[in-house]
Amino acid sequence: MSAQYTTSFSSIDSYEKGGVQIIDDDLKNFVFSNIYEVAATHKPYERIVVGKNLDYTLEAVRAEGTSPWYACAHDEFVIAMDHNVEVHFMELGDTSKIDDEQDGSFKLTAQPLGKKIGMVTLSRGHMAMLPEKTAYQFRAAKPSTLLLQTILGQESLERWTEICLK
Amino acid sequence: MKSTLKMKVDSNVTGFKVFTIGQFRFERCEYFAYIYWPLGSHMMPVDAFLRATMRDIAWGFFYGTVNFDDVIGTINHYGTVDLFAGTLNAEYKAGGKDYLETFPSDVLMKLLVDIQNDWTNAAFDPFAAPQETGAAWGRKNGSNTKAISRKRQTAKRMIGVPGDTETRTDANGYPVNRAFLDVDQSSPQVVEEPGFENRIHAFNLFAFLSRSDVTWNPSVVSVIRQSLLCPTTEEFILPIEHGNDRVEWFLQISDEIFWEIKDGKTGKIRANVVMKPGDVCCMPADIRHRGLSPKRSMLIVWENGSPEIMEMVKAGTVPRVGVEF
Repeated sequence: MSAQYTTSFSSIDSYEKGGVQIIDDDLKNFVFSNIYEVAATHKPYERIVVGKNLDYTLEAVRAEGTSPWYACAHDEFVIAMDHNVEVHFMELGDTSKIDDEQDGSFKLTAQPLGKKIGMVTLSRGHMAMLPEKTAYQFRAAKPSTLLLQTILGQESLERWTEICLK
Repeated sequence: MKSTLKMKVDSNVTGFKVFTIGQFRFERCEYFAYIYWPLGSHMMPVDAFLRATMRDIAWGFFYGTVNFDDVIGTINHYGTVDLFAGTLNAEYKAGGKDYLETFPSDVLMKLLVDIQNDWTNAAFDPFAAPQETGAAWGRKNGSNTKAISRKRQTAKRMIGVPGDTETRTDANGYPVNRAFLDVDQSSPQVVEEPGFENRIHAFNLFAFLSRSDVTWNPSVVSVIRQSLLCPTTEEFILPIEHGNDRVEWFLQISDEIFWEIKDGKTGKIRANVVMKPGDVCCMPADIRHRGLSPKRSMLIVWENGSPEIMEMVKAGTVPRVGVEF
């Protein structure tokens, strides 16, 4: 009989961090954090940068309730890391709000004027594109963790001292 | 009395070809790969050698250094590649026994592919976890072209987008791996308004990973300019020690990986890292790392492939750490 395996995942409700054993280095060089801890300890829809490579970022987000509407001049991607999260999409209507030179997403001050495009329900492990120049909004019935692949922008919050081992 | 470090390998008996490039010479017997250079020689278990060179081939020499072990490896200069012996080993260096030659990338790549083709027996899959492959040992016994010619999946925008790289299914030859039979295979529920068909793109990334047929060989699933999300499944030991030439970020999705962190130039141990689900860790640009994964696990490797970084690497101005705080 073949061996049986159980795959171990974590969630905003239940996670255990690993760590770094320093022998001859500086702990801060490893910029070590945990996305579930970040989501569990921050406000809904704050975008906390957990990875940064020049201007590219990975951002952890606590999804809870309904987010503002966002848009971005470039594609972004989101992964649901534990619980169900809906992503609703709308045409912007007014594309003058898009500045092609501006990286990262920005909040819209009101619901977009364009037509509804549709929505997707993401369960744990599902990944969706947040297409360029398209408005999107997250909705989560309970606190959940999202991981965003994006570029540093006005919504990105860098709180390294707060989130990293040191 | 004259002494020699040359071991006796009779390729007429083993059936394996001998390969040379520059001043380097490669031989294999039933158990070992032998590497010779003007100032010395080195032996590696042939399974380890084939697993290491398989990654170097699959990754196109990757970013920076690929150490096959603590003596032999390659350094990518993006157009040319160094093949070295002892160059990044403190003792070989101090003893003056290190040696390095630089080759055009395509020339060295052809050599590694030729070795892989000739030295990989029919039962051995250098991409597979040890429990999922036959042995590399023995005399020449066929070949495994199908296994060693796999191409890693690289999305241009996102996996599953029409016209881009397709997701993995039973039908296209990617059954769920034995270690991930409990991973949810559902698809995202998409509702599209009339007139907006095919505007929403989503797929099950964890299911995609659960169907990976290789270990320690990242795919590219989403791309923002040069930001490459490269998830992978890991089991047993990373067959090389990767010496970064830029920072490299890891995000553990499932299970656990232990990382040995050594100094990039000397091999001196600097740290050990344990990553559990949700952990994010940045590998500095001056280290080499090797992962050990007791159970097949899911890991996001996040890379920046910008030409700007390649120029910074050449100029020596690339940041050594991901973030200073």
